[in-house]
Amino acid sequence: MIISKKTKEQIAFAIFRILGIITLGVLIWILGFICFNGISVMSWDFIFSYPEEGMTSGGIFPAIVGTLYLVLGSIIIAFPLGVMSAIYTVEYAKNNWVTKLIRIMTNNLASIPSIVFGLFGMTLFVNTLAFGDSIIAGSLTLSLLILPVVIRTTEEALKAVPNTYRTGSMALGANKIQTIKRIILPTAFPNIITGLVLSIGRVSGETAPILFTVVAYFLPKLPSSIFDQVMALPYHLYVLATSGTDIEKSRPVAYGTALVLIIIVLLMNTVAGVIKNQFQKNKK
Amino acid sequence: MIEAKNVNFYYHTFHALKDINMQIEDNSVTALIGPSGCGKSTFLRLFNRMNDEIDGAKLTGECLINNENIYHKSVQVDLLRKNVGMVFQKPNPFPKSILENVAYGLRVNGINNKQLIEEKVKESLTAAALWNEVKDKLHKSAFELSGGQQQRLCIARALAVSPSILLMDEPASALDPISTAKIEELIFELKQRYTIIIVTHNMQQAARVSDKTGFFMYGELVEHSETKKMFLAPDKTETQNYITGRFG
Repeated sequence: MIISKKTKEQIAFAIFRILGIITLGVLIWILGFICFNGISVMSWDFIFSYPEEGMTSGGIFPAIVGTLYLVLGSIIIAFPLGVMSAIYTVEYAKNNWVTKLIRIMTNNLASIPSIVFGLFGMTLFVNTLAFGDSIIAGSLTLSLLILPVVIRTTEEALKAVPNTYRTGSMALGANKIQTIKRIILPTAFPNIITGLVLSIGRVSGETAPILFTVVAYFLPKLPSSIFDQVMALPYHLYVLATSGTDIEKSRPVAYGTALVLIIIVLLMNTVAGVIKNQFQKNKK
Repeated sequence: MIEAKNVNFYYHTFHALKDINMQIEDNSVTALIGPSGCGKSTFLRLFNRMNDEIDGAKLTGECLINNENIYHKSVQVDLLRKNVGMVFQKPNPFPKSILENVAYGLRVNGINNKQLIEEKVKESLTAAALWNEVKDKLHKSAFELSGGQQQRLCIARALAVSPSILLMDEPASALDPISTAKIEELIFELKQRYTIIIVTHNMQQAARVSDKTGFFMYGELVEHSETKKMFLAPDKTETQNYITGRFG
């Protein structure tokens, strides 16, 4: 049997389409499942009150606040550091073996399991530097985790800036710093934001790195300084699902926690997306 | 006056320019022609030190502007580039507004006075024969302009910092014939106030716009003379062959 070129093409596209729909379907199924199971406990009270009765009821306010602090803390540390590293490797460093080594190490760093970061953070920040279990120790650990992501995406964003902008700027008597500040960074900014979005998602969802460095099982009050412990959504979810006082009873709270976590990540991504679009609109 | 004295230039081990000696008078247009890879663009970029950025570049000999060696330690490269403007092969406006594109050179050189900038922008755009086309949309993105307009914008951008020399690296090769004609007209106008060196692959263009022409081949300056003479009665057979299209 001879299959015509056109039929072959149609078969191929049909397969692609089915695979695409399956992927999307799985995603929708997960989201739907969590929404369906979590929606029953959702209320302003759930968001703004403390856990009660051995965490089988009540809210998850401390965990939400904790996660927000950790996202903020790790972004504040990792973002400037990562962007500056990327600027160095792309704009300044000569393409020699040192630069290549840095690049390889950055990639390796990205593939290290997060529990290893957790142990490292515990050794260095919690014990050696004696921060104890604290927001600062947790943020530092998380920032190490997302640093390679920020560096990689920023590098790609900088490389995507046409070289003609650089030469054009230099030819007008601008030096390197001026060129980076006035031309390259504004042009690359929307793509750098992508790295930020990925990082936010990563930080809000990680459990292992915060396990030994910051989170508490239950805290009756909010942190008052960066040297305090916090609760965090992913760990709270883990506790509720595996080692709560009454796992069956706390299941709806667990789904509610998952739902809140997803909503927070989506909200932050949306905000970043709006900033990105705003920036692109101004440039074009 | 621009002068190259015994200039040799290397990219790593590649000998890109071989013992070039050349003198270029003020307020003239000099065309540099020659086959691809002959060193004419490398030679052009010596005069605003754009080759400095390239890894493994090495220069011997002297490049003089008004009898000052521009590769001397005391020369500030940013000031040199302010004096020696450059227009590139592909129009390369920045992702900014038309006004900010022209103002860019002023701003990086420390000028922030709004009124002064606006005056300079108008003056430069007028000099680049673009003012009438863009005066009502100065705050629009430079990307909204056509290719030819973008190139004239880049010329205006170079003029804004008040250079005395303009280097043009095949400024019309990416443009349509009408835009090319406009750029050529413009070069003719600009000659009154600037010394212009233009690299071109287009022989007719060299003949139309330049006073003098330098013919490069394999990194050597084969011939440098009055454009008329070069195209009517060149001294060297290589030149003759290249111009008539038997080579290159």
